[in-house]
Amino acid sequence: MDRRDFLKTLAAAGALVTVKSSGMMDVMASTVPSGSQAAAADNADLAAVMNGEPAQMLEAAMKELGGIERFIKKGDKIVIKPNIGWDRTPELAGNTNPDLITALIKMCQDAGAAEIKVFDHTCDNWTRCYDHSGIEAAVKKAGATMVYAHEQSSYERVDIPKGVSLKNAQVHKAIIECDKWINVPVLKNHGGALMTCAMKNHMGIVWDRRAFHSRGLHQCIADICTYKPAVLHIVDAYRTVATNGPQGRSASDVVLTKALFASPDIVAVDTAAGKFFTQINKNIRFEDIEHIPDGQKHGLGTMDLESINVKRVRL
Amino acid sequence: MLRKIRTAVAIAVIAILTFGFIDFAGVLDNPLLQKIQFGPALLSLSIVTLVCLIAATLLLGRLYCSVICPLGIFQDFFNWLSKKFDKKKKYGFKPEQPWLRWGVLAVLVIAWLCGFTFLVGLVEPYSAYGRMADELFRPVYLFGNNILAAICEKFGNYSFFKVALSLKSISAFVVALLTLLVIGHISYHHGRTWCNTICPVGTLLGFFSRFSLLRIRIDKDRCNHCLACQRKCKAYCIDSANQQIDYSRCVDCFDCIDSCRQKAISFGLAPRKSQTPTVDESKRQFLKSTLVLAALAPAALEAKVTGKKDTRVPMSPPGSVSHRNLLNHCTSCHLCVSKCPSHVLKPAGMEYGLGGIMQPVMKFDEGYCNYDCNLCSQVCPAGAIKPLTVEEKHKTQPGRVVFDINICVVNVNRTSCGACAEHCPVQAIHMVPFQGGLTIPETTPDLCVGCGGCEFICPVKAVHIEGNPIHLEAKAPQQDTVIETQDFDFGF
Repeated sequence: MDRRDFLKTLAAAGALVTVKSSGMMDVMASTVPSGSQAAAADNADLAAVMNGEPAQMLEAAMKELGGIERFIKKGDKIVIKPNIGWDRTPELAGNTNPDLITALIKMCQDAGAAEIKVFDHTCDNWTRCYDHSGIEAAVKKAGATMVYAHEQSSYERVDIPKGVSLKNAQVHKAIIECDKWINVPVLKNHGGALMTCAMKNHMGIVWDRRAFHSRGLHQCIADICTYKPAVLHIVDAYRTVATNGPQGRSASDVVLTKALFASPDIVAVDTAAGKFFTQINKNIRFEDIEHIPDGQKHGLGTMDLESINVKRVRL
Repeated sequence: MLRKIRTAVAIAVIAILTFGFIDFAGVLDNPLLQKIQFGPALLSLSIVTLVCLIAATLLLGRLYCSVICPLGIFQDFFNWLSKKFDKKKKYGFKPEQPWLRWGVLAVLVIAWLCGFTFLVGLVEPYSAYGRMADELFRPVYLFGNNILAAICEKFGNYSFFKVALSLKSISAFVVALLTLLVIGHISYHHGRTWCNTICPVGTLLGFFSRFSLLRIRIDKDRCNHCLACQRKCKAYCIDSANQQIDYSRCVDCFDCIDSCRQKAISFGLAPRKSQTPTVDESKRQFLKSTLVLAALAPAALEAKVTGKKDTRVPMSPPGSVSHRNLLNHCTSCHLCVSKCPSHVLKPAGMEYGLGGIMQPVMKFDEGYCNYDCNLCSQVCPAGAIKPLTVEEKHKTQPGRVVFDINICVVNVNRTSCGACAEHCPVQAIHMVPFQGGLTIPETTPDLCVGCGGCEFICPVKAVHIEGNPIHLEAKAPQQDTVIETQDFDFGF
């Protein structure tokens, strides 16, 4: 780039900033007849939906948030990261609901995603988890790619500059290489972390989870969330493992809660889900779920739901 | 013609049987050919299999050794290879070595009675082949698969997946390699000598094949003593000069039939015998000595020093009932080791003592036993791991959890963890309130199913599973009361 080009670029950029800050963009946007961008100002920061089927609730939530197009663009390489940790059927809610994954893949396809990969580093034997969770079948049927994550060679070591306890980690290549990723956890009780949700779901993008446990689970969870934040977090709380989590021993641990929370703010979505969860399992105090405030300290988002635009929808 | 059929069947059998060992993708999870092997059937006393195999031998001779025994087929391959390199390769006739054959068998019986099943497993042909397949051929197959998977992955295709390649046990690898070299060498240079001197199955079936109804027959009138058949016989059992065949060693390969230009050799009904039966002194001796030693064995067992080197009790797979049952029945074919999807079963070193070397032991370095998986119990051909339904497996306790709070990170570092409880399928470890909002593991060993999830994931090995030498019953976890689903709202 020579000096002339540089100056030109600088001038153009300066003009753009001026236009944007003067509100010209909004004026321009409002002239677009479709109206989808006109509503942008009204988009929710967090959508909470109750009393629907997974696909229905996803649709309602995305409507409040301004559509999936707000988060992904045509031609994007997308990764969807559900929780597929356990050899459990959808009824036992150990994993993200496969119907939700199907609906989300369809949404991304309609938005023009160039590539959609789905994976999780499972705890139980991976072939059984992929199979019995119903997610592999759902992904293949919807026309997305199920990627395996059981082999160390699928991971690469990356630095986590903002990490406090976790300075580096081996992260799955699909996450490293994608343009954007969507985090789709399932809300559950957890013996150690008390609750597992959007932040805890990041343990499925790394190879060596033992390091998390030995270096302080809550801080490491908060640290890994700073690596490459997902553009959107969709919490599946259609069925919730309320006790004996995260696996649950039997159907008696599972509550049909029929809820879904979605937000680009991971701390806000875990706060909402956490407050929802502590009504179901009253033995757990929200204040004890330490990784949520740790995440706020990292600047990943806010726990103050009053300060953001929250939309509650009952279907 | 018969020879061609024999070859075709043998190739099909060894291909399917080998695939049963090397298949990692669950295509062949219930390998049937493994269940009709003589050695494991004898140790598990599978009467139906034994009767069928002995009846077949009484009818057809040792056809088993040519088309069912994988080690026999494997040796035929080396034999075929040797003929490719040495076109003029010739065999001859050698007299039987009854003392060697029956002596080896006697030693094996005694070893088995004294609990040294290791020795039996070492020479039992199906198991010897199984170990080669598991320790040597499988890694090659996986390596090829991994290359294919890597190439596909480059093009964004995830239909194939990589499988971790690791040495399960150095001793088992060395044993398999030595078996390959020894058996390969013997069969390359000396045909079926192994089968007719060392192999216990060969000796036992050889006893029955002496009386087989259908057998290789020399038409004495047509035979011109040209020795062509004798030179072809890899079992060294045709005495062409005297027109005699040692049927205890003939493995029904039918090579001789095609070699005879006089068409004097055929496979058919035995001609009436006029010779008087001779007493086989060696066999008598063998039976006598076996009986004596069988009587002495239990005493020898008692006297055996039961000194423990490792403080940890090894854990035998669920379904194996007890260490004793495993020791008595397992010939270490490693089918379970190869089939275990979580790579938990490993060939033992000295965990079970000398007699149990190479028998399967549960190790949680690479993974843990899947709660709903019962594959090892389904595939075992020897009754060493008895079949368990998934429900039965949930109630089986091959080992129990032991927790050391002095090492636990929650106690030492005052950080939250709970990895062990997270992995426990029955909440035999669960987290209870500790200091400052932290939770710490608490164990209920009676619930434990010994899956090793906790031991595998624990970052500091504060939890481990201690094996039960005799498996116990795991208590069923108490059912919690169902939470009422109506009294909640968004909550914020």
